[in-house]
Amino acid sequence: MQPTAARFLNILVPIKRCVDYAVKIRVNPQQTGIDTNVKHSMNPFDEIAVEEAVRLRERLKDKVKSITVVTLGPAKAAETLRTALAMGADSGIHIELPESAPPPEPLGVARVLRAVIERRKKMATEEGSGTGGGTTDLVIMGKQAIDDDLGQTGQMLAALLGASQATCASKLDVDVDKRVAHVRTEIDGGAEELVCTLPAVITTDLRYVEQPRYASLPNIMKAKKKPIEKLTPTDLGVDVTPMLETIKVTEPPKRVGGSKVGNVDELVKKLKESGVVAVA
Amino acid sequence: MAKSNVSTKLLRGLYSVGRSDSSVRIVISFILSVPSFQDPLDMEDQLSEEEISIRDTARDFCREYLAPRVLELTEQRLDKSVLPAMGSVGLLGPTIQGYGCAGVNYVSYGLIAREIERHHRLGLPFNRFGAVFPVMHPINTFGTEAQKQKYLPALAKGELIGCFGLTEPNHGSDPAGMDTTAEETSGGFDIFIIWARCKWDGKVRGFILEKGLRGLSALKISNKLALRASTTGSIFMDNVKVSLDALMPGAIGLGAAFSCLNSARYGISWGVMGALESCLVQAQQYALERHQFKRPLASFQLVQKKLADAHTEIALGLQASLRVGRLKDAGRAVPEMISIVKRNNCGKALHHARVLLDILGGNAAADEYHIGRHAGNLQVTNTYEGTFDIHTLILGKAITGVQAFS
Repeated sequence: MQPTAARFLNILVPIKRCVDYAVKIRVNPQQTGIDTNVKHSMNPFDEIAVEEAVRLRERLKDKVKSITVVTLGPAKAAETLRTALAMGADSGIHIELPESAPPPEPLGVARVLRAVIERRKKMATEEGSGTGGGTTDLVIMGKQAIDDDLGQTGQMLAALLGASQATCASKLDVDVDKRVAHVRTEIDGGAEELVCTLPAVITTDLRYVEQPRYASLPNIMKAKKKPIEKLTPTDLGVDVTPMLETIKVTEPPKRVGGSKVGNVDELVKKLKESGVVAVA
Repeated sequence: MAKSNVSTKLLRGLYSVGRSDSSVRIVISFILSVPSFQDPLDMEDQLSEEEISIRDTARDFCREYLAPRVLELTEQRLDKSVLPAMGSVGLLGPTIQGYGCAGVNYVSYGLIAREIERHHRLGLPFNRFGAVFPVMHPINTFGTEAQKQKYLPALAKGELIGCFGLTEPNHGSDPAGMDTTAEETSGGFDIFIIWARCKWDGKVRGFILEKGLRGLSALKISNKLALRASTTGSIFMDNVKVSLDALMPGAIGLGAAFSCLNSARYGISWGVMGALESCLVQAQQYALERHQFKRPLASFQLVQKKLADAHTEIALGLQASLRVGRLKDAGRAVPEMISIVKRNNCGKALHHARVLLDILGGNAAADEYHIGRHAGNLQVTNTYEGTFDIHTLILGKAITGVQAFS
C-alpha cells in the first residue's frame, strides 16, 4: 500500500429498500410472504449509516474521497439510492434483480458486496490511478434490515473480506493517517470500545446521537445528476439464489382476551384446567 | 417509474359458506386496496419521484420543526430562528436557479406551500415562504447581476428578511392609483421592494430599499386578529434618497408588480388546500373520539356531510392547482388560470373550514384544536393577493370581454 493511499477514505454504504416501518404488515393470500404492495422506504438503520458517512466527511473533510451507496434489488430500489444521493452520497451502484426474483439472503448479499469491492479495486488498478482510489477502506451499513431482522450481512461480509468488524456501533471515529477506526458498540449491559484496523465493516445501531438530516431541496436537485451504475449479479459472477425455501408464512394467533378470577381457589382451578402443573 | 401507494388501506371481506352435511367450507377472501381518504384521487401517482422527495422533505421538516412551535409562535409573534431553519433546508426561494437556491419547478413549489400551511397554521412560515415571489422573484427577474449576488443568497438562507410594498392605505384593490412617487434627484424588515410611480415618465418602477435609509421606517401593525405570527408593517417613506443602484432595471410598469404576485397567488392556491386538509384530519379525529348521545359524532349524518363536502373540495382544488402548476412549468399559464384556482381554493377553504369548525362545538374556541386558527387565517387569504371579488371580475372580463372594474 503506497503512503498516499493511506491518506484517503473510500466509504461504501450498502442500503436496502424495505417495507416502510409505519406500514401495517399483512400476510399475502398465498401464505408465502407478506403483502408488498405497500409503501417502501430505506431501511432506517441504513439511513443512519448514510448519515454517519456524510458526517464523517464533514469532520474529516478532504480525507473522505468518496461515499458510494450500493443496493441489491428490483428496479424500484433506484429510488432509495436517489434518496441516499440526496442525503450526500456521491454515486450509487444498483445491482438489479428481476421483479419476480425471491429476496436474496445475507450470504448472497455479502458475496455480491465482496464482488463489488473487488471489482472496484480491479478497475482502479487497470486505470492505473495509482493513488489506491479503488480500495474500499470502510463499509458502513445498518446492523439489520427491518423486514427480516436477520442482522447477518455485515458480519458475513467482514469474514469474506478478511476485514475487521464492529457491529451495533453507536459512535464512529476514524484516524485516517493511522488507518484505524475507533468504534463504540452497544452490548448487553453497556458499551464496548473497539479499535479496528482498516479496512473495516461497521454496522450501525439505532442509538446514534445524531439523527438523519432532511435531504435539503438543493441536494435533491443535485442528486439527479449524480451517477448510478447499473449491474446484475451475473456481471459480478455471483449466484444470489436463496438456499432456504420459505414453506409457509402465517400471522401469529389472534390474542384472546383474558378473564378476571374472583379468588385464589378459582385461579388454581383454572390453572389446573389449562394443564399448568406445579413444579417443585 | 412505478410508484408505491402512500397509505394504502386494505379492506378484506371474508365469506364462509358452510353446508351442514359436509365438511367442505369455502372461504373467499378478497382484498381491495383503495387510496386512503387523504389522497382520494391518487395524486401521488401524478407526481414525479423528485417532486415526491421534495414534498417529503418539506413535510418532515414542517412536522418535526414547525408543528411543535405552533402555539409558541402565537405568543411571540415572530421567531427569527424559524427563517434560517427553513433556509437551511432550501425552502426559501426554491424555484430560483442558482444563488444558493434549489431551482425546483412550480409544482414542487405548490407542494411545499401546502405542507407549510398544513403544519404550521399560523401565517408566519407561509408568509416568509410566500415572500419568495414578491421579494426574491422581482430581484431575480428584474434586478442587475450585482443586486442578485447581493441579496438572493442571503434571502435564501433566511439571513435577510424582505417585504413587498405595493398596497397603500388609500389604494388596495387599485394599486394603479398609488400615491407613492419617485423623483429623480442628483444620490423588523432589512430590504423593501417598493413600487412607486416615477414622476419623470409616469411609469411605475420597482426599487430595492435597505433598512436604515433616512426617511424610511416601518412600524408594526399590532393586535392583528389573523396571521398573528407574521409581522405586517406600515412602511413610511419621507423623501427617502436612494442611488440609482436601487432601481431594478427590468421592473417597469404595474405588470411587473403583478407578475410577481401571480406566482405568489398560485402558491396560495396550494397552501389553502393544505390548511383545509389539516382541518379535515382534525375534524375527523375529533368526530371519531367525541361521543354524544352515546355515539361518536362521526355517526351523525350531518357531520359526515360536512366532512364529505370538505374532502371533495380538497381533492378537486388540488387537481386544479396541479394542472396550473404543470402549465406554469410548461410556460403556458396565463393570469386568468391563476385567478380561477386562487379564487376557488381560497373561497372553498374558508367556507369549509368554518363548517368543519362547527363539528368541534364549544371546543372551537380552544386554541389547541387548531381549526379556529386556520379559519381565521383563511379569512385573510381570501382577501389578500387579490380579493375574491376582484378575481371574480378578472374572470368576468375574460368571459365577456367587458371590464366591470369601476
